[in-house]
Amino acid sequence: MLRIERLKVEVGGKEVLHGINLHLPKGEVHALMGPNGSGKTTLIMTVMGFEGYKVTQGRIYFKGVDITHLPVYERARMGIGLAFQRPPVVRGIKTRQLIEMCAMGREVDVEEIAAALNFTEFLDRDVNLGFSGGEMKRSELVQLMAQEPELVLLDEPESGVDLVNIALLGRAINRLLGRELEPQEGTSLKELRKRYARSALIITHTGHILDYVPADKGHVLINGHLVCSGNPEEILHTVEKYGYEECAKCLR
Amino acid sequence: MSEVKETLPPEEDLLKVGVDPSEDGRIGTFVQEDDRVVSCGVRQEGVDLLSTRRALERFPEVRDYLWRALEEDLALGEFQDGYFIRAHRGVRPVFPVQSCLYLSREGMRQHVHNIVVVEEGAELHVITGCTSRARRGTHVGVSEFYVKRGGRLHFTMIHAWGDEVETMPKTGVIVEEEGVFISDYICMHPGRKVKMYPTAYLVGPGATARFQSVLVAVPGALMDVGSRVYLRASNTRAEIVSRAVSMGGAIIARGHLVGESPHVKAHLECRGLLLREGGLIHAVPELEGRAVELEMTHEAAVGKIAREEVEYLMARGLTEDEATAAIVRGFLNVDIMGLPQPLQEELDHIIRQSDQESL
Ligand SMILES: Nc1ncnc2c1ncn2[C@@H]1O[C@H](COP(=O)(O)OP(=O)(O)OP(=O)(O)O)[C@@H](O)[C@H]1O
Ligand SMILES: [Mg+2]
Repeated sequence: MLRIERLKVEVGGKEVLHGINLHLPKGEVHALMGPNGSGKTTLIMTVMGFEGYKVTQGRIYFKGVDITHLPVYERARMGIGLAFQRPPVVRGIKTRQLIEMCAMGREVDVEEIAAALNFTEFLDRDVNLGFSGGEMKRSELVQLMAQEPELVLLDEPESGVDLVNIALLGRAINRLLGRELEPQEGTSLKELRKRYARSALIITHTGHILDYVPADKGHVLINGHLVCSGNPEEILHTVEKYGYEECAKCLR
Repeated sequence: MSEVKETLPPEEDLLKVGVDPSEDGRIGTFVQEDDRVVSCGVRQEGVDLLSTRRALERFPEVRDYLWRALEEDLALGEFQDGYFIRAHRGVRPVFPVQSCLYLSREGMRQHVHNIVVVEEGAELHVITGCTSRARRGTHVGVSEFYVKRGGRLHFTMIHAWGDEVETMPKTGVIVEEEGVFISDYICMHPGRKVKMYPTAYLVGPGATARFQSVLVAVPGALMDVGSRVYLRASNTRAEIVSRAVSMGGAIIARGHLVGESPHVKAHLECRGLLLREGGLIHAVPELEGRAVELEMTHEAAVGKIAREEVEYLMARGLTEDEATAAIVRGFLNVDIMGLPQPLQEELDHIIRQSDQESL
């Protein structure tokens, strides 16, 4: 689904990512962890293609297509969706309108997806204007649910979200990923997942969201290097107990 | 009531400035073409609509409303005509009265004097569309509005002028106790020059004024537009909001709030977007406090569209042009405005045009 090769990225004239290799197969969920400022947001913003993130080396492939230099909207239309860590305020555009735009002409039931995220009362407010931290996160997810991307990039989706809403958020992400499947006759759930499920790269510090959306793999990014890939629970456990220094040792 | 009904200017010209010749959802219509009144009639009990000259002949009290909300300007000379609209005590029509001031002959100087009176407890919505077939000409529009105790006047004005028309409206408004005056001004085709500084005087306790302006200047246009409110009585409120977009033209967006009594509250907001090289937006917000315990604030911001916002929408699948257009439309969408449909389309057209030109 997503393959990143030897990726180097500059932000504001400074190299932030120093040669990243990452493979996210179809149907899998990967967690991306690492200390503040290590380059996690930079990595997914680069996958989405934003202007300020300059690729100086390496390639990004999505569904086998080299997208390294495609404009943002083409990537979105190919099926990449991003929930921002800090989305901007857009005055004069109602959240409802934006959600409709996200659907790109497909029929969506805005009321229904908003209700699923306890978000109905925010539909008629300007995009992100005066939203609390948790409200912004839910807004981002409602938009993605209308957009229905195949690859979902989530930048700290649970930060600032209260416990009740985290559960809603978790359920919504599973729905977005096609993981809320019922077993069917003649085929296993696992098989079904392979056929339908979409992929996700989730940035998380606490790992709370992984309680609801189990990750297949975890990656640790430190100072612009991917230092470790492996079982996400083990990584979280190690970081919690010994800090990121221990993870850094993996590199050797 | 005197009914005038002659041939109207072309329908598309009228619709563009919010005037509907079918009179659907309107209680009356007034149209002046150059110096002549070509349509004047009202279908609502308790509402008068006459040309100003007729009104002066018919009702002696109208003379008292001449040059009371404005300082007399002899330099302007004799006015040709204009409209007189009055909502009698307690009358509250559901629909607006519409009026059109139309410049048809090349090089014409149109000079009108309008008077609107909203008596105690009455409510009125007046839509005035000013437009031209002529490319060249001058429009001098003098308007005096009187909102009596507990009355409410909503005045919507839409300007769409030919390329070389110059306009100098003068507007004075007097609002009495608990009265409300709301002005919505939309100008997307200012011609060569629009210069105006309507002024409201809140003379009774609890009176309110709100001015909203949406201004779009194409290259070659100069708009010098402001609103001014004198808060003369206690607990009066005022709000001035303007949204200016330069597509290469120049906009001076002024605002002036004068607090002359304690316990008044007023806010001024000027926001400008510069979309193309060569444009100018000059925001001039002024606050003048002349009493204790008043609260007056202002906000002004001039800039280009934030890249971050454009990219945010692009991440949802919009092209750069679509994202830009959506943001500009949102920027200009001063909520309560209720832009007439043809005008909304016109606005989209202007934005699209600027997108193409900037490619
Ligand atoms: N526009 C910019 N100009 C200069 N430096 C930047 C810019 N954007 C990001 N950086 C720097 O790049 C580095 C990586 O930032 P990034 O936002 O990717 O970190 P992160 O891993 O997402 O951190 P956090 O966990 O705090 O969200 C940081 O040192 C940051 O200060
Ligand atoms: Mg980050």
